[in-house]
Amino acid sequence: MSTTNYRRIATERRKELLNMIYEAKTGHTGGALSSTDILVALHYGIMNIKPSEPKWADRDRFVLSKGHSVEGYLCILADLGFFPKAELMTFSKYGSRLIGHPTNKVPGIEICSGALGHGLPAAVGMALGAKKSGRAYKTYVLMGDGELAEGSVWEGAMAAANYELDNLTAIIDRNGLQISGSTEDVMKLEQLKAKWEAFGWQVFEADGHDIEGLISLMKSFPQTNGKPHMIIANTTKGKGVSFMENVAKWHHGVPSDEQLAQALADLDKTEVGK
Amino acid sequence: MAESKSLRVAYGEALAEIGAEHKEVVVLDADLAHATMTAIFADKYPERFYNMGIAEANLMCAASGFAYSGLTPFVSTFAMFGAGRAYEMIRNSISYCNLNVKLGFSHSGLCVGEDGGSHQSIEDIALMRVLPGMTILVPCDSIEMKKAVRASLDIPGPVYIRVARPVVDSFTNPEDEFIPGKANILREGSDVAIIATGLMVTEALEAAEKLSKEGVSASVVNMHTIKPLDEKCVLEMAEKCGAIVTAEEHSIIGGLGSAVAETLAGKSAAPFIRVGIQDKFGKSGKPSELFCEYGLTGSNIADQCKKAIAQKK
Ligand SMILES: Cc1ncc(C[n+]2csc(CCOP(=O)(O)OP(=O)(O)O)c2C)c(N)n1
Ligand SMILES: [Mg+2]
Repeated sequence: MSTTNYRRIATERRKELLNMIYEAKTGHTGGALSSTDILVALHYGIMNIKPSEPKWADRDRFVLSKGHSVEGYLCILADLGFFPKAELMTFSKYGSRLIGHPTNKVPGIEICSGALGHGLPAAVGMALGAKKSGRAYKTYVLMGDGELAEGSVWEGAMAAANYELDNLTAIIDRNGLQISGSTEDVMKLEQLKAKWEAFGWQVFEADGHDIEGLISLMKSFPQTNGKPHMIIANTTKGKGVSFMENVAKWHHGVPSDEQLAQALADLDKTEVGK
Repeated sequence: MAESKSLRVAYGEALAEIGAEHKEVVVLDADLAHATMTAIFADKYPERFYNMGIAEANLMCAASGFAYSGLTPFVSTFAMFGAGRAYEMIRNSISYCNLNVKLGFSHSGLCVGEDGGSHQSIEDIALMRVLPGMTILVPCDSIEMKKAVRASLDIPGPVYIRVARPVVDSFTNPEDEFIPGKANILREGSDVAIIATGLMVTEALEAAEKLSKEGVSASVVNMHTIKPLDEKCVLEMAEKCGAIVTAEEHSIIGGLGSAVAETLAGKSAAPFIRVGIQDKFGKSGKPSELFCEYGLTGSNIADQCKKAIAQKK
């Protein structure tokens, strides 16, 4: 087994993103916390990337289709050395290149996102590009579950199966919530696994907070069976902060001084617990 | 004391008010009811409110279906995802069929601030303006917002209401008539006419005040309807003041500035300057910081007025 303490890395990133949101006085807190472990699994355990050479031609590609969860993503890119950590405190402020949603001006970020439903089709293009140019890089895309209501997601799903993109992995941050409440109340998604299977994907369900589990699952993927891979990662929106967990209104929210202190304390506790 | 209210809250309240009298009104949203403020209607009339999910194409085409069924749908999402994402649905399923659908899109312009350029809709007026038969209303305060929502009911066919996010002090007169297509002249002057829309109307008034202290007399026109444009008013202002400055929280391409330019072309040689976003995307920052950078301020409007006056022959 690896000696990397992924849990510790994820806890540190969660604390950083909360501090960043507190400083910026804006941020999509709930979804940033639900996706942290998935992003850590990809960036520290799976993807072949070079922070010193962000545009390296053979790098694995990652698309944050749920672009509003940019906070944790930026903390990871800074920690890996794509840009200085001090810059995190400029997030979404006037003049900063760390805009409130991902832009390709930031080293390490592949595409501009934030409008939901663009990421999977863009990732399809990247995966096709790899096949076309004979490169071995893999493409990963993370989507929200509410995002799946966008028709363009299913257009991309069809294209990925049609072109037999076994070099493509899509992950759904299945936290069960979108802005106006439960996904099953707003626009039912279930039977979600069966839907993706019917679209021609190889579908896995996983615990979206088990970083080592996600890493070993992705390492086990066959790359030659002609099927795109889907991981339905079951997560908790607001993960790690007691008063944010599963609370829809923390989709977007800035902690007060006391809330920040409690959130940081909560995170220390859970990390110790594992 | 002037009342301060967010234009989107005024929009939501207006929907709830007309909902009481007009049982044919239904409201559709796409997971943003607490941002667009259609939640105010939804709380009162849950049986006439539909959350279509994060699916704007679905939202627009479903609205057309409601209209075909004899209902009057008011559709809301952010301007970026309504006018932008679902443009072709609006064009072919709503506008082309001249359906009675009202589009109330919020978070227009630079006011989404920190969210950055991907969410800042600076082209929605342009997109809606090229659609034949589309009426475009851009209210400047909450008093006007309520009048606009009511007025839209009397217009058969599609209407776009641009719903700004910020809280603004109400300054228009509740007694003033709101007639779509007829501009309201807020201040009469003789050296230059400022034609403004939406949030830029207060900035225009500020500019006129500043100019008057410097001995310059400016007219201020509240152009609350971009389409059909009050061309008569534009031409009269050009004739009377001899210089025109437009001001909008939108690209200078395709919006109010373009509409006024198209009206003046070939009919007036008056110097003409457009204040607005100069063919650039937005970025992150507080709305006030962005308004300064992009020149959407009373002081820049005043400067541009002086430039226009200096160009008079
Ligand atoms: C096309 C589009 N429509 C609407 C929005 C506004 N929006 C931002 S986040 C969000 C909810 C996303 O929910 P989900 O995909 O479940 O994300 P998560 O729960 O992981 O935050 C919405 C509606 C958007 N960014 N893009
Ligand atoms: Mg979700």
